[in-house]
Amino acid sequence: MAAGAGLSEVWVLVAHEGGAVRKITSELLGKARALAGGGRVVAVLLGAGVPDPARTLGRRGADEVILVDDARLAHYTTEGYAAALAHLAAEGPPALLLIGSTAQGRDLAPRLAARLGAAVVTDCQSLDVADGALVATRPMYTRKAIGTVRLGPGQMWIAVALPAVFPVPAETERTAEVRSAALPAEIRIRTRVVETRAIERETVPLTEAEVIVSGGRGLRGPENFPLLDALARALGAAVGSSRPPVDSGWVPHDYEIGQTGKTVSPQVYIACGISGAPQHLAGMSGSKFIVAINKDPNAPIFQLADLGVVGDLFEILPRLTEAVKRRKAVG
Amino acid sequence: MNIIVCLKQVPDTEAPIRIRPDGTGIDETGLNLVMNYYDEHATEAALRLREQFGGTVTAVAVGPERAREALRQALAMGADEAALLRDPQLDGADHLQVARALAAFITPRTPDVVICGKLSTDDNAAVVGPALAEVLDLPQATAIARLEVDPNRARATVHRELEGAVEVLEVPLPALFTVERSLNEPRYPSLPGIMKAKRKEIAVMDLAALGLSPEEVGSPGAVLERLTSPPGRTAGVQVNGAEPEAAVEAIITFLSERAKVL
Repeated sequence: MAAGAGLSEVWVLVAHEGGAVRKITSELLGKARALAGGGRVVAVLLGAGVPDPARTLGRRGADEVILVDDARLAHYTTEGYAAALAHLAAEGPPALLLIGSTAQGRDLAPRLAARLGAAVVTDCQSLDVADGALVATRPMYTRKAIGTVRLGPGQMWIAVALPAVFPVPAETERTAEVRSAALPAEIRIRTRVVETRAIERETVPLTEAEVIVSGGRGLRGPENFPLLDALARALGAAVGSSRPPVDSGWVPHDYEIGQTGKTVSPQVYIACGISGAPQHLAGMSGSKFIVAINKDPNAPIFQLADLGVVGDLFEILPRLTEAVKRRKAVG
Repeated sequence: MNIIVCLKQVPDTEAPIRIRPDGTGIDETGLNLVMNYYDEHATEAALRLREQFGGTVTAVAVGPERAREALRQALAMGADEAALLRDPQLDGADHLQVARALAAFITPRTPDVVICGKLSTDDNAAVVGPALAEVLDLPQATAIARLEVDPNRARATVHRELEGAVEVLEVPLPALFTVERSLNEPRYPSLPGIMKAKRKEIAVMDLAALGLSPEEVGSPGAVLERLTSPPGRTAGVQVNGAEPEAAVEAIITFLSERAKVL
């Protein structure tokens, strides 16, 4: 990387929920620090009544926290967040604004880019600065190709980064200075959040999980998904699925990993009874390690599995869960 | 109700992709091109609103000549009108430029609702929809899984799938929505629909016809420089014909020694 002196200022939009900063924020702060070199890393925290974040955000690499604490930001809204960021950028835009690829981040970034006339790139899995340009790589064409996108100099850049591709940086003793900023008196927020209904899940969110246990048609029915839940609980993993269980109504749509569902890149992806259709591979082939359990030795998933187990998942999964529990009890 | 649906024609996601040797794009020779999957859901949503409230559905696409096919499919599904926005300056346009061209088409038509797919499966960017909402100065809701418009057409209630939650939003109309696949089940074009679509004219408009100057469209801020093949994954170890206990042992060893999660 030819970052050299680094970017003068990089902003990271803090993703938070229920008072807790989401993991993607730490990942982005690490990347921001790398791109800024000796330049400034600023965490932008929008919300209402959010707890003092200076310590957490500083430890992960922020020099400064810009805090906009306003009742109108109690819920994420496209227009509220866009107005806040556009207002802050009008006082002095950063070279680069990093936003995590969450439902809200994907909703916000293009709108903000259009408002600011900034260049935007989404789904980034690498980010570098070369010859004054921001160079990002991103999966395209159902992950059958990697695109290199160049955002030229002389404009603000907004990059939306995939979760779990940049490492969480080691903590430092840094404490960020907090600067409070106000929202303009007149901002227009036309949408109204009626409610946010949590989907009851025992496990971590899919896009943030280190380990994912995922089931396909080979599970045969919804009654067998508890086999995955049990293994996931033992491993501290999240549970996902390929498309057929969703289409068959065994699990809700938010389980789905693949072209028409979520893109994940965990440390380990355990595919159970998943054949490996291209549309599924599009969502998970960026996993660091893939373990596949399938009865069919010719299942395409075995062509990319680091460990392929040809066998009956109904015999293997309960034993695997017990073995993981034993191992955890010892270690 | 005046409904606009924005479309894109893309390679079939099941088709293999051949990257041109110089990396500048993909080789489209013999490639099966289809209406972007999510845009089928967008078209379906538009048609259902028309069925509920009356009005017209206009399909619009930015793209080369071949993109007519996607528009033809929208007409066959039941759209009333279709327009292709085609201009040399739009070749290699970035998403914000595409949004500006679409906005120039849409603004004079004063829609009640603009609907897009949540992303297109070729570049996967999910940028045009929200950028278009901004240029049109409309409120937006992205990746919606449910859409209900109240009887007096003043507002819509939508559901968005977040990470681990569903957000219920109230959005005043006119508005722009991008749609998730769980929103609906797209209809197949009927035979009479296909016949009728063949006779319909697809308007073709360049930037001048849209009343856009080259300066207004601008130059791309983000440029796709090259495509490369993803790093190949190769099959690792395969355990075949083992007893379940041995298979479990192999997985445990892998998780702890290779993947280091145990």
